[in-house]
Amino acid sequence: MADDKKFAGYICTGCGIGDRLDASTLEQVATRDGKMQSCKQSEMLCGAEGVQMIKDDIANDSVTHVMIAACSRRAKVEAFNFTDVALTRANLREGVIWVRPDTDENTETTQEMADDYIRMACAELKAMNKPAPSGEQELNKNILVVGGGITGMTAALEAAAAGYPVHLVEKSGALGGAVGGYYKVIPTRSPYAEPAENPVPAMIETIEANDKITVHLHSTIAKTDGAPGRFSVELATESGSSQTLSIGAMVQASGWKPYDANQLPEFAYDKSADVVTNHELEALAVAANGGPIKRPSDGKEVKSVCFIQNAGQCSDKEGHLSYFSGVTDLISIKQAMYFKELNGDCDTTILFDNLRTPGAGGEDFYRAGQQAMVTFSKGIASEVVAGDSLTVKFQDKILNEETEMACDLVVLATGMEPNSGPDPYALLALEEIEDLDERAKKQEEIIAVAPPSILNLEYRQGTDLPHLKNGFTDSHFICFPYETRRTGIYAVGPVRRPMDIQQARDDATGGAMKAIQAAENAGKGRAAHPRSGDLSFPTFRKEGCTQCKRCTVECPFGAINEDEEGYPMYNESRCRRCGTCMGACPVRVISFENYSVNTVNEQIKNCEIPEEWDEKPRILVLACENDAYPALDQAAQAGVEVNPWARVVPIRCLGSVSLSWVTDALNSGYDGIVLMGCRRDDDYQCHFVRGSAMAAERMSKVGDTLESLNLEPERVELYEVAITDIQRAPQLINDMADTVEKIGLSPFKF
Amino acid sequence: MSDLNTSMIEKYRSSFLKEVEANVEEGEWVKMCMQCGVCSGSCPLGKHWDHPPQEIFMMIRANKREEVLGSDSMWMCTSCYNCIARCPRGLPITHIMHGLAVYSKRLGLTPKKQPTAEFSQIFWDNLMKKGRVNELKLGLSMNFKDGFGEGVKNAMANQKLGQNMMKAKRMNPMEAFGGHGVKSPGDLQKIIKKAQEIEESKIQAAK
Ligand code: SF4
Ligand code: SF4
Ligand code: SF4
Ligand code: SF4
Repeated sequence: MADDKKFAGYICTGCGIGDRLDASTLEQVATRDGKMQSCKQSEMLCGAEGVQMIKDDIANDSVTHVMIAACSRRAKVEAFNFTDVALTRANLREGVIWVRPDTDENTETTQEMADDYIRMACAELKAMNKPAPSGEQELNKNILVVGGGITGMTAALEAAAAGYPVHLVEKSGALGGAVGGYYKVIPTRSPYAEPAENPVPAMIETIEANDKITVHLHSTIAKTDGAPGRFSVELATESGSSQTLSIGAMVQASGWKPYDANQLPEFAYDKSADVVTNHELEALAVAANGGPIKRPSDGKEVKSVCFIQNAGQCSDKEGHLSYFSGVTDLISIKQAMYFKELNGDCDTTILFDNLRTPGAGGEDFYRAGQQAMVTFSKGIASEVVAGDSLTVKFQDKILNEETEMACDLVVLATGMEPNSGPDPYALLALEEIEDLDERAKKQEEIIAVAPPSILNLEYRQGTDLPHLKNGFTDSHFICFPYETRRTGIYAVGPVRRPMDIQQARDDATGGAMKAIQAAENAGKGRAAHPRSGDLSFPTFRKEGCTQCKRCTVECPFGAINEDEEGYPMYNESRCRRCGTCMGACPVRVISFENYSVNTVNEQIKNCEIPEEWDEKPRILVLACENDAYPALDQAAQAGVEVNPWARVVPIRCLGSVSLSWVTDALNSGYDGIVLMGCRRDDDYQCHFVRGSAMAAERMSKVGDTLESLNLEPERVELYEVAITDIQRAPQLINDMADTVEKIGLSPFKF
Repeated sequence: MSDLNTSMIEKYRSSFLKEVEANVEEGEWVKMCMQCGVCSGSCPLGKHWDHPPQEIFMMIRANKREEVLGSDSMWMCTSCYNCIARCPRGLPITHIMHGLAVYSKRLGLTPKKQPTAEFSQIFWDNLMKKGRVNELKLGLSMNFKDGFGEGVKNAMANQKLGQNMMKAKRMNPMEAFGGHGVKSPGDLQKIIKKAQEIEESKIQAAK
C-alpha cells in the first residue's frame, strides 16, 4: 500500500488569502517541510477549474492523498468531495486571515500561523490511509418493527410504501395497541371541532392487505444478534414455536402504558368504581355503544362528570410522575365532548391548573370544547370522597376559595409511562461496587423491578436501548430525534417521550425512513449520522491489546462485543465513528484509516514550537468538529479575533481524545491546551451522546500528569462549547493566552 | 335558592350559565372565557370591584346565580372598552357587563342605592320626557335623590362644578323652565314603548 501513496498539495489564493499571505512561502512549506510531491496554486480552488485540476491529478497522476489549503473544512464541502482519496484541509481563511488583524506588525505571526497549519495538514495526511468499506455486511432490506400499535403500524406502512419488506411483531393477539380500544381520537384536521374517528381499524385493514408486511402476532423477540445489515432476530411465539429472521434495521415502537392510579388514594380510585382513569373511560365510551355513558358502579347514566387534570403527574410527590404527558389535557377535552355527544345535558367540568393544548389544532379544539359547554375551571383537586355521589374537593384558583362539587363520575387525567426494556446501564453501573455481596444485592433489587427485555440484544452493553430520564429511551432529542444509542435501531413514538397520535405517526414515519437509511448505509459500509457516509471504521491491533475492556465499556453505542478471551469484537455497522474507543484505549492500539492517535499526534508534533527566547507561546486547541469548530468558524466570519499563538486541531469528538495527545503536547513545549467538547449532562448536545462525558471523566486524571511534569494545572482547560458560543469560543482561547502570559512559558521547550 | 350559599349539589352546574346565555346580551360568550385575567388587569376600575370581569365569568360557570346578579360589580363598568380591546378570546366584556346589569335590574336583584343604577334610572326618566337630556334637571335630580337635606348638602358641594358648566355653556339655567327637546316627544315615547313591548315579548318567549 505504502508504495502507492501519492501526495499532492493545493493552495488557494482566493478569498483574500493571497493578499494576506505569501503563497510561495506556503508552497515551499508544503513541499519542503510537508513533503508534498507536488503543490499547485489556484486563485479560486473551489471554482470549476480548480476542482477539475485536482480531479485530473487524481485520475491521471494517481494522486491518492490530497492536502487542500484554503477555507475551513466545513466550507465548500461539495466542491472538494473527492471519492477514493485521503483528504485533509488546512484552514487558512477562517483559521488564519479572518481571525488576525491586517496590520504590518501582525504580518509575521499571521504567516507563521498559516505555515504551521500547512505543516500540520501535511503531517496528518502522511499518517492517513485511504478509507475503504470492510465489506462486513451486504444490503439487507428487511425492516423489523417491534410493536403493533399506531406507531408501529405507521412505521410498517411507511417502510412498505418505500418498497422495503417489513416484519411487524406484536406481543398481543391483535394489532391496534393502546389506542385500538379508543372510542374516538383527538382531531388532526381543520376545523378541529370534534373528536375524530379512530383510525386503527382502517390501518389494520391496510396492513393486512399489504403483501410487503408480514405480521407476527403473539410474538416476542427472544434474541437479537448482529448489527445493522445483518441482524439475526429470533422470534418466539406464545405457542412455543420460534423462527429466525434476517433483518437490515429495526424500529422499536413498544409504546406506553397508563400510570397505575392505585397510587392515588386521595382520589378514591381504590374505593369507588366511579373514579376511572382517562384510559379506562375510553372503554366506558365504547361500551355505551352510541347510547349514554353509564357509571360502572350501578349502570346509572352519568349526569355530571368531573375531570381532574394532572392526576399523579407533573408533580414531585413520591410515586407521581415528575413530567407532564403533553397530551392529557387534549384527551380530557376530547372525552368531555364524549359526554356532550352521548349524555345529553350532562354537566361536564374540567379542573385544571395549567391547561396545555399543544399542536396545530390544540387551541381550536379547546375552543370547541368551550363552545360545547364544557366548563373549564382553574382549580386544584385535593380529594375525592366516595359515596353514592362523588364529592370532589378542590381549590378554585380564580374565585380563590376552598370548595367542592358533586358528580356521578370522576375521570383522572393520568399520564403515560414508557414501555421500555430494562436500562442496560443499571446493571453495568454496579460493576463499580467493589463489595461482591453488596453488588449482588443491588443487582437483585434492580432485576426484581426491571421490565422484561424487549429486544434481547446480544450486546456487551446489555439487552435493550439505554434510557435517558424517567425510563424513556434515550434518543438524540436535540439534533437527531429517532437516533438511539444502538445504531440501526430507532425508537419512535411514546417509548421515546410522551406524545399524541399525530406526533407518534410523524415520529414513526421519520424512524422508518431512518431505518431504511441505516440498512442502505450498512450495505455500503457507510456510517450513519453524524458522520454519514464515512467509510472508515475502527480496528485494533490484537498483539498490543491488553484485554482491558475499556473500549467495550466506553463505546456510547454498544458497538463492541467481547470474545471469550476478552478481546474486543468490532461491529462496523453498529459503529458511529466517534473515536471514543480510540481515546479510551490505554495502549493506543485502536485506529481508523483516516483518523488515529497518530494523525493527531503528527499535527501536534509538526507545529513549530519557537525557542523560549522568541517569546512566542503555543496554545493547542482540540476542538470538537461538531460544535466547537463550527463555532470558531462562525466567530471568524463575524471577525472575532483569535490569539496568534493558538493552533486549532479539529477532532471527531472529545471522546476520541487520547490522554497521550495532552501529555505529548506538554512534553514538546506547548504552553497551554484548551479542549472543547459538547454539553454532557442529561440535556447533552454531544453528537455521540456520551463521548464528551467519557472524555471529561478521562481528563479528570490530567491533573496527575501535570503534577508529575511539575506544570501548573491552569495549563490544561476543558470546556463545554455550544455551536452558538460565537463570542465565547474564541474568548476561551484568548483567556488561555492570558493565563500563559501570567504563569510564564512552559519549561519544556527545546 | 334564596340564600347565597349555593348548595353543593348545585355547584358548578351549568344552569345559571344557560340562563345567562338565554337572557343576557352577548351572554353566549361567557363560556368562551379562558380565565387569563387580562380584562381584570386592564380595567381601570377593576381594583374597586368586588368581582372583576374574569371572576364574574367564573362565578357564572360555578353557578353562583344570586351572588352574581345581586352583585354591585357589573354596575362599576364605565364602558371604557379597555377589556374588549385586550381580551385574547374576543369577549365583548363591556356589553356583557351591561347585559348582566340590565338582567339583574329586570329581576329586581340590583343592590339598593347602587349609585350607577340610580343614576341610570334618573337619566332615563329625564331623557324620556323630551327626548333630550335636560342637564340642569338631571343635575338637580341627582343632588336631591336622597331627600332635601342631602340635596342641599350635595348642591353646595357641587356649586363650583355647576358654575363652571354654565360658564362653558354645558348647562343653561333657563332649562329650569321647560327646556329643549325633540320636535315631537310624544312620537318618541311611542317608539320607545313599542320597542319595550317587543323586548318584553322576546323575554316572555324565552321563558
Ligand atoms: S468509534 Fe465510537 S461508535 Fe465506533 S466502536 Fe469506537 S466508540 Fe464505538
Ligand atoms: S481499550 Fe485497547 S487494550 Fe483495552 S480492550 Fe480495547 S483495544 Fe484492547
Ligand atoms: S380577558 Fe377575556 S379570556 Fe381573559 S379572563 Fe377576561 S374575558 Fe376571560
Ligand atoms: S369597559 Fe368596563 S369592564 Fe371593561 S375595562 Fe372598562 S370599565 Fe372595566
